[in-house]
Amino acid sequence: MASIVPLMVGLPLGVAFAVVAMAHAKPLKRLTGLVAVLAVLLNFAIALALLGADVPRIFLGGWGPDPARTLGIEVLCDGLTKMMAVTINAVALVSLLFAGAYMRRFTKVWLFQALFLLMTGAMNGVVLAGDLFNLFVFLEIAAIASYALVAFGCESEELEAAFRYLVLGTIGSAFILLGVTVLYSVTGQLNMAAVAGKLAAIGPGPAVLLAAAALIGGLALKAAMVPFHAWLPDAHPSAPAPISAMLSGVLIKASGVYAIARLIFNVFGPTPQYAAILIVLGAASMVIGMLMAMGQWDLKRLLAYSSISQAGYIILAFGVAAEVLSRATPDRAVAGLCLFGGLFHLLNHAAFKSLLFLASGSIEQQVGTRQLKEMGGLTRRMKVTAFCCRIGALSIAGVPPFNGFFSKLIILLGLAMAQQYVLCAIAAAVAVGTLLMYVRVQRYVLEGPPGDRVARAGEAPALMCLALVVLTIVCIAAGLAIVPLREHLLGPARDVLLNATNALSMGAMP
Amino acid sequence: MTSGMTPIVKNTARLVSGFIAIFGIYVALTGHISPGGGFAGGVILAAAAVLIVLAFGRQTAEKMITESGCHLYDAAGAAGFLLVAVFGYLAGGFFVNFLARHGVGTAGRFWSGGTIILSNLFILVKVAAGLAGAFLALAAFRRAHMPDGHPGEES
Amino acid sequence: MGIAIYVLAFSVLLVGLYAVVAKKNVIKVIVGVLILDYAVNLVLVLVGYRTGGQAPILENGQSGAELAARAVDPLPQAMVLTSIVIGLGLTAMMVAMAIRLYEKYGTFDMNRIRSLRG
Repeated sequence: MASIVPLMVGLPLGVAFAVVAMAHAKPLKRLTGLVAVLAVLLNFAIALALLGADVPRIFLGGWGPDPARTLGIEVLCDGLTKMMAVTINAVALVSLLFAGAYMRRFTKVWLFQALFLLMTGAMNGVVLAGDLFNLFVFLEIAAIASYALVAFGCESEELEAAFRYLVLGTIGSAFILLGVTVLYSVTGQLNMAAVAGKLAAIGPGPAVLLAAAALIGGLALKAAMVPFHAWLPDAHPSAPAPISAMLSGVLIKASGVYAIARLIFNVFGPTPQYAAILIVLGAASMVIGMLMAMGQWDLKRLLAYSSISQAGYIILAFGVAAEVLSRATPDRAVAGLCLFGGLFHLLNHAAFKSLLFLASGSIEQQVGTRQLKEMGGLTRRMKVTAFCCRIGALSIAGVPPFNGFFSKLIILLGLAMAQQYVLCAIAAAVAVGTLLMYVRVQRYVLEGPPGDRVARAGEAPALMCLALVVLTIVCIAAGLAIVPLREHLLGPARDVLLNATNALSMGAMP
Repeated sequence: MTSGMTPIVKNTARLVSGFIAIFGIYVALTGHISPGGGFAGGVILAAAAVLIVLAFGRQTAEKMITESGCHLYDAAGAAGFLLVAVFGYLAGGFFVNFLARHGVGTAGRFWSGGTIILSNLFILVKVAAGLAGAFLALAAFRRAHMPDGHPGEES
Repeated sequence: MGIAIYVLAFSVLLVGLYAVVAKKNVIKVIVGVLILDYAVNLVLVLVGYRTGGQAPILENGQSGAELAARAVDPLPQAMVLTSIVIGLGLTAMMVAMAIRLYEKYGTFDMNRIRSLRG
């Protein structure tokens, strides 16, 4: 079982190039979509199968964990990795199914599928990477693929958004590389477990703080935290709908939030300074994201700002957990609760934000507009899309019994038990604000008299509705099935983060 | 507009580009015993292709170096690299150097290092095809498509 | 010599950052991004340097231990090679986008390429 874990990265990359080759051979050109979906399906199956298996530390090329030869590139496969892998592959599968019908208006669909597979393989690589430089390289591959995908339609809006996204993303990547460089010069190692051990021995100092600042700065830009969020409101709406779903649902999580959590908890170790930085970033993103989303009349732009706000929830939960763990007498139960809430919200946000973006793509294709004021009365014309959109909006607004309610409740409970009452009040206020915002979205999109464009619209193609229905089922099921999720999926992930700097060397060392 | 440059440039390019290509392949294949390796060799090989395109003009060069040919070689190079990685499963795991297990070659000679020669070769093909393809795609933008406007403001 | 060279590399990084932030021409922004990227590569190579060292290539008749004692660190060199390749891919994409932006907007001025607001 351990030996096929690297295939989760190799398979999408290989199939991406196979798609490029197949597209130039006339008889195979129509099969590229099918091959792409099969590859992601296989990836998802491997991710699910790994959930139950206990995988020892894997070193590529057989350069094993023998201390005399710690030369190998390590592939992580602990609880956090497994949870992120399941999330990424599930959202990728659903988005690719949706794109099968949505992308028919574009030419060169094989190029889209190849880039999509590259992005999926690279995101899998980010969560599987066990040393710092591999993390950076896979972050870059995923980012470059996403720049090209945002500009896919080649309209003037999309090009401008993609150019701004590219420039800002490259600045973030340069700072990440700077942080990795300073860490390497301080510790002499690139393997995350070895760096964690050396940093614990060296202790804090100006070089370590510089490395942490550069890394957090670059990764906060990838995760679209305020004040580094300027690229997201332009890039996410301009991309085609399946790419918006992937970007907002998993890319900012896998490359931004996951990397911050892995580095702060497992490599640097939670200290009060890092916890303070995370709390400030999270709180600012929550509030400012929601405030700016309230004034939007473009549906996809509203969803993009709302992504900033929800990602702020996750970072805030992680920050408070880090603060609790860094006290003189750390309270592991409270920190575990905050971490569980943050991870559960990560999973939920991937599900309902992708659902909302895919639904908005469906609406845009059938009705022809993205402005809230021109929609209305969708429940009568597009029944399936309207139902799924309503479930998605209720989930993100935090209405029971859907999944958003439970994850926000757990985060609020964790904040209160950690005695951060001000933050708890702010989080509750933002939750109420989000609820009001999505009630307004529902009123304009779904209720009311149909606009003239809506009256002429028909239901979306079957493949798109299938993708929406699958995500709706996930939203409903994740709310009802918290206990099995905690045991198999989220519990191990939370334990990895809870064990802080000891987690990485806790694999099976021979 | 006549395609390409003057006959002096064309003849020189015709003579020299073959040597540039061979030098690029040499740099790539001896990557494990001297500086260079797959990427540097691939860039030099792509430079030979770019020289041809610049000297002969895009239309004439397209008959020799087509864009779909570049895509196919690109995909073949990547597929070959992944095949080398997957063949490592024969000897234990992903990316294991399955040729170096039998003590092939001594350090410092050409036939050493196992699969590194194969990896360098596939990277050479991929990088050369990728760069040549990117250059051809960028060269396809002609002035005729540009709208009538001032070319670029000063800043 | 030790600290001065790092200060120089960081100032190149700041020059690149200034060009990205302050310049309005798209091509100058691209050049700024390139300078930023190469400045970080420069810092990475400098980290591995050893004064009076030898290139990390095993010479005839040299043993491994001798090489380890005298050579510069080869790991940052491998990292920089990968980083340069990444920079190359980004440059190609940025230039292609700049060409297409010119086709759509007719200008390279960033202040005029602003149809997205809010």
